[in-house]
Amino acid sequence: MATKKIDTLFTNYKYGFHTDTKSTLVIPKGLSEKIVRQISAIKEEPKWMTDYRVKAYKEFVKKPLPDFGPSLGGINFDDIHYYIRPQDKTQNKWEDVPAEIKETFDRLGIPEHEKRSLAGSGAQFESEMIYHSIKESLSKKGVIFDSIDQGLKKYPELFKAYFGTIVPYNDNKFSALNSAVWSGGSFIYIPKNTYVELPLQAYFRINTESMGQFERTLIIADEGSFLHYIEGCTAPVYSKDSLHSAVVEIIVKKNAHVQYTTVQNWSTNVYNLVTKRAYAYENAEMIWLDCNVGSKVTMKYPSIYLIGDNSKGEIKSLAMAKDNQCQDTGGKIIHTGKNTTSKIIAKSISKDHGNASYRGLLKATKSARNSFNYSKCDALILSPEARSDTIPKISIDDPTASIAHEASIFKIDDSQLFYLMSRGLPQDTAVSEIVNGFANPIVSELPMEYAVELKRLLEIETE
Amino acid sequence: MATKSSKSSLIIKNLHVETEDKTNRQSKKEILKGLDLEIKEGEIHAIMGPNGSGKSTLLNALMGHPNYQISGGTIQLKTGDKTKKLNDLKADERSNLGLFMAFQHPIEVPGLSFLHMLRTIKNLKGTEKQSLEELLEELKIELKKLKIDEKALERGINEGFSGGEKKKLEIFQMKVLKPNFILLDEIDSGLDIDALKIVAENIKEFFKKYSPAIIIVTHYARILKFIEPHKVHILSDGKIIKSGGKSLAHITEKHGYEKN
Repeated sequence: MATKKIDTLFTNYKYGFHTDTKSTLVIPKGLSEKIVRQISAIKEEPKWMTDYRVKAYKEFVKKPLPDFGPSLGGINFDDIHYYIRPQDKTQNKWEDVPAEIKETFDRLGIPEHEKRSLAGSGAQFESEMIYHSIKESLSKKGVIFDSIDQGLKKYPELFKAYFGTIVPYNDNKFSALNSAVWSGGSFIYIPKNTYVELPLQAYFRINTESMGQFERTLIIADEGSFLHYIEGCTAPVYSKDSLHSAVVEIIVKKNAHVQYTTVQNWSTNVYNLVTKRAYAYENAEMIWLDCNVGSKVTMKYPSIYLIGDNSKGEIKSLAMAKDNQCQDTGGKIIHTGKNTTSKIIAKSISKDHGNASYRGLLKATKSARNSFNYSKCDALILSPEARSDTIPKISIDDPTASIAHEASIFKIDDSQLFYLMSRGLPQDTAVSEIVNGFANPIVSELPMEYAVELKRLLEIETE
Repeated sequence: MATKSSKSSLIIKNLHVETEDKTNRQSKKEILKGLDLEIKEGEIHAIMGPNGSGKSTLLNALMGHPNYQISGGTIQLKTGDKTKKLNDLKADERSNLGLFMAFQHPIEVPGLSFLHMLRTIKNLKGTEKQSLEELLEELKIELKKLKIDEKALERGINEGFSGGEKKKLEIFQMKVLKPNFILLDEIDSGLDIDALKIVAENIKEFFKKYSPAIIIVTHYARILKFIEPHKVHILSDGKIIKSGGKSLAHITEKHGYEKN
């Protein structure tokens, strides 16, 4: 039985392969102040950043694990590689990426995807962005899309003005860890009134066993600009756990619009503990579209601070947990500006012993006059052992706020199955059609390649 | 549907069907108690009977609903010399043999659109080579005939439709899937007179074109004024107690079931 289970895992997860690569630098497992300083030295960083990392490291050691959500006791912080450099520099042509790394991304279809439908794309392998490229027409307009390490080197003032201002290093244990050992991720600046029509994309890949990936993304959308950013991620299947702990900071200035789309499909030996936060200023709009299918444990609650008057925020999420996976996801929206509106649509599917739960915070401070929120959490439970909890926290300090929260739990009933089967659908197909129908309001919002991929995943997962 | 030299028949012999007793999980309740019926393609039969006589049970058992267990007798499909027993087949297998049921209470499947479902089924069956454009055109023509807004195609199955629209959408699916054995479970209930006329016209049009076998289960003779049955059966307490021509329906409606 156990063998069979592992077999299915391998066959169903088509990204479980690993590539033999020669990394140019591997820091031995474990974490100490010395290693933090070593990472900073390798990157030839300014002193302020080294100091920042050390300060964050001390905070990480001091801070306890979260007192809520799934158990993280399985993480052995001493048994993780905190930095692996796969090649010596970031390339901007796929041809220049070392063959064995290129092969990985070819197998994932990334270069193809870039050619077809993206304005620019980046790829991270282990600790570094190995590739970054943007359409020339956009860079001429002043759009910056680079690896975050290059961001620090090439745009030190812009970088320093925003880095760590949205997610402080001492926000939580994992933001502290990321702030200490961060490496890779994207640095994006969209100039005033610049409309980036096609999405920018970054793809993250862990290749080595017991690897820790700590990318950091900083997006600054200047006034009146428009951006859609997509991230995807996969990893090989290993018996030992890996750790992915990212921090994403987004500044959406007056009248700007940012959508950040994630399709998280880590293998089921990855702990995925991510802090994502955006500040929306006057009349700005921020959308998180967050899909979590993979990983062993995910804790992720994308947040939006609606600071500016008339700003808007939306969090749409889909989580699927099977076997013993735990998806503890949700979102936070904090209304502080006047006439701010927000919407949360969260859907979860749990199966076997999986747990897909919603954890959310909705807050309206006294200054948020006439704020409006609508939240809806739907859970589809496919097996008797599966679990889903909805834990919404609502904190309203302003009497003019209008807040609505709906939550429902569904299971597939015999009458739905019979109805579809009587039309000619075999039982398996009927089940996955019902699941797909449930997920459709979120999936249909994804760019086509991802929507197709996610539908395929849902079909496999529900078999 | 290929042209056939001989018509197929659905033959039901001594059918016993039981369901779980809702008040007592341990015990089963027998609803059909030895029912015999034979219907050929090209025939329309009406089944009438009081509440609880087993009309819906019969159709659900014919279609293969897992909650209706056949405890005795047979359901067979006879084509020429070949006979196929349906008793143990699942609903999708029966659908593939040409059976179709229009539900009394159509079921909602949120997020799954009619278009996607019908396309998936047509691709699975693979009998007709039809492009998406051709399929869309066919679907739109049928919707127009049923006076349903074509936006319905993109909406979740039966999600948020009125009772009357749901009934029309059952007939819509029938016309698109082109079955040979059609089971209409109180298709007339909840329809106003205009909707009833539209539904009846579409059934008649389909019958004329494809001559399937149709079983109409109904409480009222009203629909039978629009669709003339070849035979009428009266079902009472799990058995057919009387069969006759179309006049039986009107006599029954006038005098009630007891007088028969």
